[in-house]
Amino acid sequence: MKLLIKGGRVIDPANNRDEILDILVVDDKISKVDKSIDEEADKVINAQGKWVMPGLIDLHVHFREPGFERKETIRTGSRAAAMGGFTTVCCMPNTEPVCDNDIVVEFIKLKAERAGIVNVLPIGSISKGMKGEELSDIGRMSKAGICALSEDGKSVLNAGLMKNAMRYASMFKLPILDHCEDPSLTGKGQMNAGERAAFMGLAGISNDSEEVIVARDMILAQSTNTPIHLCHISTAGSVTLIRQAKERGVKVTAEATPHHFTLCDEDITDYDANYKMAPPLRSKSDREAIRQALSDGTIEVISTDHAPHHTDEKNCEFQLALNGIIGLETSFPLANTVLVEGGYLTPYQLVEKMSANPAKILGINKGNLSEGSVADITIADPNAEYVIDVEDMVSKAKNTPFGGMHVKGKILYTIVGGEMSVEDGKLMKR
Amino acid sequence: MFKGKDLLGLRDLSKDSIMEILDEARSMKKRIDNPALRDHTLNKSSIVTLFYENSTRTKTSFCLAGAYLGGIVQDLGVSTSSVSKGESLIDTGLNIDKMGVKFMIIRHQMTGAAAVLARNVRACVINAGDGTNEHPTQALLDMYTIYDYLGGFEGLKVVILGDISHSRVARSNAFGLIKLGARVTLAGPSTLISGSMRALGVEVTSDIKGAIADADVVMGLRVQFERQKNMPFPNTREYSTLYGINSDLLRYAKPDALVMHPGPVNRGVEFTSNVIDGKNSVINIQVKNGVAVRMAILKLLYEANPDL
Repeated sequence: MKLLIKGGRVIDPANNRDEILDILVVDDKISKVDKSIDEEADKVINAQGKWVMPGLIDLHVHFREPGFERKETIRTGSRAAAMGGFTTVCCMPNTEPVCDNDIVVEFIKLKAERAGIVNVLPIGSISKGMKGEELSDIGRMSKAGICALSEDGKSVLNAGLMKNAMRYASMFKLPILDHCEDPSLTGKGQMNAGERAAFMGLAGISNDSEEVIVARDMILAQSTNTPIHLCHISTAGSVTLIRQAKERGVKVTAEATPHHFTLCDEDITDYDANYKMAPPLRSKSDREAIRQALSDGTIEVISTDHAPHHTDEKNCEFQLALNGIIGLETSFPLANTVLVEGGYLTPYQLVEKMSANPAKILGINKGNLSEGSVADITIADPNAEYVIDVEDMVSKAKNTPFGGMHVKGKILYTIVGGEMSVEDGKLMKR
Repeated sequence: MFKGKDLLGLRDLSKDSIMEILDEARSMKKRIDNPALRDHTLNKSSIVTLFYENSTRTKTSFCLAGAYLGGIVQDLGVSTSSVSKGESLIDTGLNIDKMGVKFMIIRHQMTGAAAVLARNVRACVINAGDGTNEHPTQALLDMYTIYDYLGGFEGLKVVILGDISHSRVARSNAFGLIKLGARVTLAGPSTLISGSMRALGVEVTSDIKGAIADADVVMGLRVQFERQKNMPFPNTREYSTLYGINSDLLRYAKPDALVMHPGPVNRGVEFTSNVIDGKNSVINIQVKNGVAVRMAILKLLYEANPDL
């Protein structure tokens, strides 16, 4: 099977390339990348005016399986990933049971393989049952194929245990994806502390609830000389702390979500829980700091924190509503609209943050369009304009505040291991 | 003309609508003590009260207001209802909605609960207090009381004292009073008040004497022990020493200043007993005015929604 992608703008930061090129895929591999490839192919994609990128990689999704299949399954989440241009996603361990042992890891891998839509890499929990008391079976999970460790949804509050986890994980070269939140500072908070919360009568969550753990875990990364990846950074203070830590040589990387660089607390008007997430939407000035940090490289990854919930879990009292929104199908258009069109990122930097850098953090041979690599390729039309329609989404969940928003940038092809998961904007695998 | 399906808060209510309610309340007040003046304004409309939190004054006041205007009043005893079997607020609301109900009056421990109910049901929803957000009918009866005694709002200094951060009464009063031209000062210990409240257009201070100086209205708030976490102050003895109003402190206010409190009072904590029962106190008058204001709201909502 030969697939020829003709005349697209090939954006491939891993190979320091951004030019008009052809790509020949033979079976599951990229066979040739060159100026003008004349070859008989079984299929030809005319990519003129389109971006041809290494398949997008999301370090941070929740696929809810096992345990919460009414919200999302590995199969339905994989569909959403493919429609969003993602060829590889890493799924967080806060399932039921928690992914804290090799049996659950094998289950997730099996389900992902059966779905066969995108690459789904399981993340193991740091502590057993995510209780923060003792380490999970990290070594056995590593053998079974986890890509990282995380306690996402909360922090490991015992600093000694966290330090041990960092030292132990480094043996297996497993990155730690760190959710930073001190629950004693979050308290009963429901949204960002500030004027909007005062106006709405909702208890506030102050920036320090994130920043104290950001600071703590960067100190631990320094003392153990191990890497740390900070999830969904939301405050200006965290950005400053990360910059300072990088200057003194701490091996820290960080991610931001589309909702934190697109929205702010002022968007919360009517107790609509589709605006409720952890960390919360912050102030306008925090949002600007996040955009600047993406621009100057302080934050090197865009992750969705795709967090599906059932309608009942969002259409209820704000305080009872669960945290999180879905993000896979809106991530690329939002990043393109807000960050590229907004002048914060070049297309090249965008691809770094959505593919090359996540691959680097995971230490996997993906996120590039090198000859000989597995053919994970995403093709997008950066100029297609449309209004986001929640009804069009393929995720099982509909919890997003982005319905009705005008965006620019549409995923046309998601090619996973040489096979079309999305073709011409349509889902090919169910 | 009063518009809208629901009364959720004073944040979104216009100055004209507030004055319309206060003027209507004035004519309603006459009917309270004279059964001959009670009529069939509501034409047997059904009113259901859903109180997820306890209440003495507000619930009784609403029930009587509805009855005085010829409505049919039914209480959903929340603790004995299917709520205790885990039925959600929206499901409860949708069921009640199907029983030919015109008004739902809800009190709930969570901010925004009335708004969530209102957008899911056909009936008119009146917020009788939601979490730490708003308690519009309490603020309206407070404002009516001020209007009755002092004749207006322009330039008045109203100081609200105490547990501000948990108080929906303070917030609704602030929203309303500022719209009508009063100056509002919120005062309390720094752990029970947030500078962000200035977004409402109020003064915020922990200096009790400065706050009370030349006040036209001194409103105390109950310390809400049930909502507190992380110990905002050491104990009630220290609280009453620093923030309790006694007759000495009251001298800093104007001589004929009104002393108000939404109840229930922790006697000896927010106010000493001689202040509660003193000549400046209108605390019991507030309760009577509450019935009048709630009658006015029911009447105006009834007239604004003829198709429901």
